[in-house]
Amino acid sequence: MISSDRPSQRLILEAGRADRQYWGDIWRYRELFFILAWRDVAVRYKQTVIGLAWAFVRPFVTMIVFTVVFGKLAKLPTEGGAPYAVLVFAGLLPWTLASSILSDASNSVITNSQLVSKVYFPRIIIPFATVMVGLVDFGVSLLILIGVMAWYGVMPDWHILLLPVFVALAVLVAIGPALWAAAMIVKYRDFRFIIPFVVQIGLYVSPVGFSAKVVPPEWQLLYSVNPMVGVIDGFRWAILGGDSPLYLPGFAVSMLVAAGMLWLGIHTFRRTERGFADLI
Amino acid sequence: MSDIVIRAEKLGKKFIIGHKVEYSAILGEALVRSARGILRRGADMLRGHAVVEGDEVEEFWALRDVDFEIRRGEVVSIIGHNGAGKTTLLKILSRILEPTLGRVELNGRVASLLEVGTGFHQELTGRENIFLNGAILGMTRREVLARFDEIVDFSGVEKFIDTPVKRYSVGMYARLAFSVAAHLETEILFVDEVLAVGDAEFQKRCLDRMSAVASAGRTVLFVSHNLAAVAALTRRGIVLKGGRLIFDGPIEDAIAQYSASLSKGKVARDWGRGHHSAIISADLLDAQGLPTDTYEPGTPFNLRIEVETTDMPGLGLELQLRDANNLPVAFYSSSIFSQTPLPSQGRHVCTLSLQPLFLASGDYSFDISTNSLTIVVDHGVANAIPFRVAASSPGGIAYDFKQSLGNGVLAMQLASPLRIESKSPEPA
Repeated sequence: MISSDRPSQRLILEAGRADRQYWGDIWRYRELFFILAWRDVAVRYKQTVIGLAWAFVRPFVTMIVFTVVFGKLAKLPTEGGAPYAVLVFAGLLPWTLASSILSDASNSVITNSQLVSKVYFPRIIIPFATVMVGLVDFGVSLLILIGVMAWYGVMPDWHILLLPVFVALAVLVAIGPALWAAAMIVKYRDFRFIIPFVVQIGLYVSPVGFSAKVVPPEWQLLYSVNPMVGVIDGFRWAILGGDSPLYLPGFAVSMLVAAGMLWLGIHTFRRTERGFADLI
Repeated sequence: MSDIVIRAEKLGKKFIIGHKVEYSAILGEALVRSARGILRRGADMLRGHAVVEGDEVEEFWALRDVDFEIRRGEVVSIIGHNGAGKTTLLKILSRILEPTLGRVELNGRVASLLEVGTGFHQELTGRENIFLNGAILGMTRREVLARFDEIVDFSGVEKFIDTPVKRYSVGMYARLAFSVAAHLETEILFVDEVLAVGDAEFQKRCLDRMSAVASAGRTVLFVSHNLAAVAALTRRGIVLKGGRLIFDGPIEDAIAQYSASLSKGKVARDWGRGHHSAIISADLLDAQGLPTDTYEPGTPFNLRIEVETTDMPGLGLELQLRDANNLPVAFYSSSIFSQTPLPSQGRHVCTLSLQPLFLASGDYSFDISTNSLTIVVDHGVANAIPFRVAASSPGGIAYDFKQSLGNGVLAMQLASPLRIESKSPEPA
């Protein structure tokens, strides 16, 4: 017997009992995490005509529209000497990543209700697995960015080496509220209608199509309460380098808010997940 | 170290269920009701409770005070009616549901099979689904790889292993799904009613496989309606009834206990009453005239319905047979179809024997109502007699004609043997 080589475990099931083996279980089920992530990626562009090209088309068209609307029509200023299209794309990248994680992960538990009601595994694996899909699309968009930068002749400096850090931050900013929403959606389906709305509004509230610097200085700190402000600023800092200095107090506020939401997300998810199968 | 691998103490599970109060056609009333519903759900939300659909909310104990111990290597079956709490029990033991009361102690790695093909994705190929399903059931990639050929071999779908499973026939799909499940090897295994897949030959292979698993010294908990399989595979049986454990002992006695509890009749239920009448009880009867919850396709429907009438002459009894999707299948009206109205006053036991129907396997129910000749429902009881067709094999071969196949719920029977005349000349 191959599987019984693992040590036998003793397990107590009781109402309201905090599960001490939970984090160990997550490690034990790591393969399920990878396979669910792989499934979501593999299935995403099945039976579409242009397949992965969708990951190119959507951000590219959005970039053109935003550049025309905000840059040419509204004549908003860019940062330093950066072309407006690059500015927009540097904001669009983290925004698309975070918003797709927020919408996919928050719906993930109910879209996988078949699994939740039939087998046990740490439920937190499900929302985290959807992050992979967002990251794959992000990788494709990154190629567009490289193309656009080459087109405009923009050379990144050493700041670009810190880009992975900001990618991780974008994921963390999104996954906190997503976990919270995923847990709430199981109980109250109202949130299914709220999340797309939040994403839609967020696009205009966050500095995606414009520079965060257009917000008056006295409001900068308050503006940074939206954690996406910090993440997008960080992206622009990494990509545009010296042209886009990082506003540190605002960044700190953004990260603090993000950390708070992450804690709330994990906490709420952990507290309610034992009842998921009852409710789903 | 103790030899007891599962110990359940005072296990209880409560569900909150909602009922819909009969729909009101008056706009004002409907508005008031939906406003009241929003208020109630809003208040529930503020208190952190879950949203329950319906106008009235009720608590329901699916499991209550269940105690048992299972030793290493024991193979135990859990039997009971539909809704007796079998699946709830398995779900608690496999950590899907949290118990409301009591506790469970488990020693050893657990795997549960509550259905076959959990998580199968239509767009993925057979090969990909084996890995996906394996991981979901708790197997590691290495374990699946080590058994991959065995699994494919067992399923008999080698040729289509790289085809998306949405192109599979129902049978192929089920065989592949069961094959993955059958190769799951853990110390403790919970199996819920998964043997009812595939054709007869495959079912036999499944049974053989299960008995191999059972005799390999592993602890198996097994839920089934298939009493023959239960008797063959296990030596100990636990009988659940209405969420309580009513028997735990040798399998022969458990089966006897279960059969006896079937015929004892249902718990009296208060179905309320209409203006002029009340349906008091309703049962489906087996060939011996004892209440049952299963129907053998192609046999007469024997029903016993107890009705009380107070003052209205000419009330008729109506039956509406519905399938698992609540779609009407067949209808009977005593006042219209057979001109036998109910007497106007008193308590009446109506015994009906209706012509056989060759129903597909699956769940059904009878709605029962009393109606005046003007077709106004006086007292209606939806889902008064729920019952199940466990297996349906028109033509006598072991092919299960299921509701879920989507070919309808009735098998057409030949009135006389099928005649085939060939027009082309016989090849020499």
